[in-house]
Amino acid sequence: MKSKIALAFKNCRKEKRPALITYTVAGDNTKNNSFKILNKISKHADILELGFAHNTPIADGGQIQGSSHRALKNGIKLKDVFQIVKKFKKINPHKPIILMGYFNLIYQNGENNFLRSCKSSGVDGLIIVDLPYPENKSFADKCKRKSINFIQLLSPTTSRDRMKKIIKDSHDMIYYISMLSTTGGKLKVSPKKILENYSMIKRINPKKNLVIGFGITDKTISSLKSANGLVVGSMLCKTITNSLKMGQNPVTKLDKVVYNLKKKIL
Amino acid sequence: MGLKIKKNVPLIDQHDKNFMYGGKFGGNFIPETLKKPIDDLTKLFARLRKDKKFLKERDHFFTTYVGAPTPFIKLENLSDHLGGAQIYAKVVSEANGGAHKIYNATVHCLIAKKAGKKYIVGDTGAGYAGKMLSMAAKKFGLKCKIFMGAKDIKRQRPNVEAMKKNRAEIVPVTTGSQTLVDAVSECMRYWVSNCDTTHMCVGSTVGPNIFIKICAWSTAQISRELINQVREEFGKIPDKLKLINCVGGGSSAAGFWNEFMDTQAQFIGVEAGGPKKSNLHAAPLTNGSKIGILHGAAQYVIQDKEGQIGSTESISAGLDYPGISPLHCFLKDVKRAKYTSASDEEALEAYQLVSKLENISPSLEPSHAFAEAIKLAPKLDSSEIIIVNSCGDSLKDKDIIKQRLGSYVR
Repeated sequence: MKSKIALAFKNCRKEKRPALITYTVAGDNTKNNSFKILNKISKHADILELGFAHNTPIADGGQIQGSSHRALKNGIKLKDVFQIVKKFKKINPHKPIILMGYFNLIYQNGENNFLRSCKSSGVDGLIIVDLPYPENKSFADKCKRKSINFIQLLSPTTSRDRMKKIIKDSHDMIYYISMLSTTGGKLKVSPKKILENYSMIKRINPKKNLVIGFGITDKTISSLKSANGLVVGSMLCKTITNSLKMGQNPVTKLDKVVYNLKKKIL
Repeated sequence: MGLKIKKNVPLIDQHDKNFMYGGKFGGNFIPETLKKPIDDLTKLFARLRKDKKFLKERDHFFTTYVGAPTPFIKLENLSDHLGGAQIYAKVVSEANGGAHKIYNATVHCLIAKKAGKKYIVGDTGAGYAGKMLSMAAKKFGLKCKIFMGAKDIKRQRPNVEAMKKNRAEIVPVTTGSQTLVDAVSECMRYWVSNCDTTHMCVGSTVGPNIFIKICAWSTAQISRELINQVREEFGKIPDKLKLINCVGGGSSAAGFWNEFMDTQAQFIGVEAGGPKKSNLHAAPLTNGSKIGILHGAAQYVIQDKEGQIGSTESISAGLDYPGISPLHCFLKDVKRAKYTSASDEEALEAYQLVSKLENISPSLEPSHAFAEAIKLAPKLDSSEIIIVNSCGDSLKDKDIIKQRLGSYVR
């Protein structure tokens, strides 16, 4: 049986467009709001990444750190994250959700325990920022056995040999980090160059769904639309920050922003 | 099977193929982007540490620039005052810049040059790692950026001034607790974005494996000198010898003990117990913290049940860190070293007593080690030897000491 993530990509291919993948942090700015946000933006987005916040992140830029900080200040716990997913999945059973975060939370929760919660709440995939290949092999295998996608990351510093090995070990989705940066950095490489690297990776295995993330905003998204999927994260976190500052409702604000992003890749 | 420490193998090399010590401490929990730069650095360092020319270069700068050997002295007055064990100090604060951080900084600059990097970045807590890196960077012609918690910038002014004089750019870190833990995170984030042009120096024996290795390999100079000084003083390595060192990240202790690893010397590490009435102790080894992942490595770390890293509080910025080197986690588990803690108040008292009686004036970090020596010495026989690593000078803590004790005496 195809995973919901694979199906989402298949759908987008049919419509000749990239998958729109969003990233928001669970509990930002409240537990209920982050659920409402997922619910709203899922009308436009194809895959939803949901961050589980960690207070000592080593690869997040300022915007995502801000979101994580708000979520943790609100007392968000792992069990709340799974509750949000479960509630969302009840209404949107076919929309894939990917949890993203750092390994220590899984380590403290216990790998098996964590995966059981993933399974029972309906999580479709995982991105673990600080668990690279090949250290992630045993955990990635565990995920696969539970039909949860373990999403491998590639970066501009990844050698071709290493890429081949990682791609061989990957599941239904691979994440290409567009540039040397933490999340939300300004795009410091031209879209043309990013797409060149993208094509080079695609040639290793054309069947794999390859998405691009880091530095993607409404300004840059259309120039990258030949990719299988595009991830927008920091821009959404920033939108929440700004709407809170202006006393606006982050839910409706985010709905609008994601709708506009979608329009740009059609 | 219990964990074992191997004889005749350098401590830093006692890891498995996943770079884990004892199968559970250390490793490389890092973003994909850092895999290659860390891999490159690992290969380069493996080559350099076998390269006779490089070793000669290191020794040259350790002698002419750092100032080797640092003095080994008997603290006659303190020993007499306490009665019991004979107390000695390895006065590492006599090294250029005033602390052991100069060893790691010098070696990192030499490596950065070999790697063809023009920029070097580093983290700092007490400001020593930053001060030394800025000094060494200036000497070796590298552009330097130092990440430092905003709270530490306020409380370690003299070292901040020194960094500025060395023309380093100081980046204040305002996230989280605004101390060392956040400075290390921010420095790593910066390196993720700039690893193609920039070399990163981690200021202690923490972080991804290669940084633990380079740092402990550099500070090992302390015990290379000391083991000779001890043999000269006593004709042999005394049967009853205790080597006492403070531990924050654990770089000075790792260097102070390294050459004595296969001897009968006892190792005692002293963590920061924090204010007497506080629960925010920076003492993960003493207080039975669980293993977790911090800054790319598995270690005993202060954290909550969920895995969020806990905040700590200590009068000494250099020890104010929720984690501890995987090397020390390993030494604790194999029972090669013992760990305990001293409170802020005990450290202050130790600073006062040592400064009053002796010609040295330890900073608040080694004052934690002196506090343990002061506790232990009266209980021991006069045939027993205690050596304390006096790895920093109190001058940098002038403001804090004045505030806490009303006056500053050096």
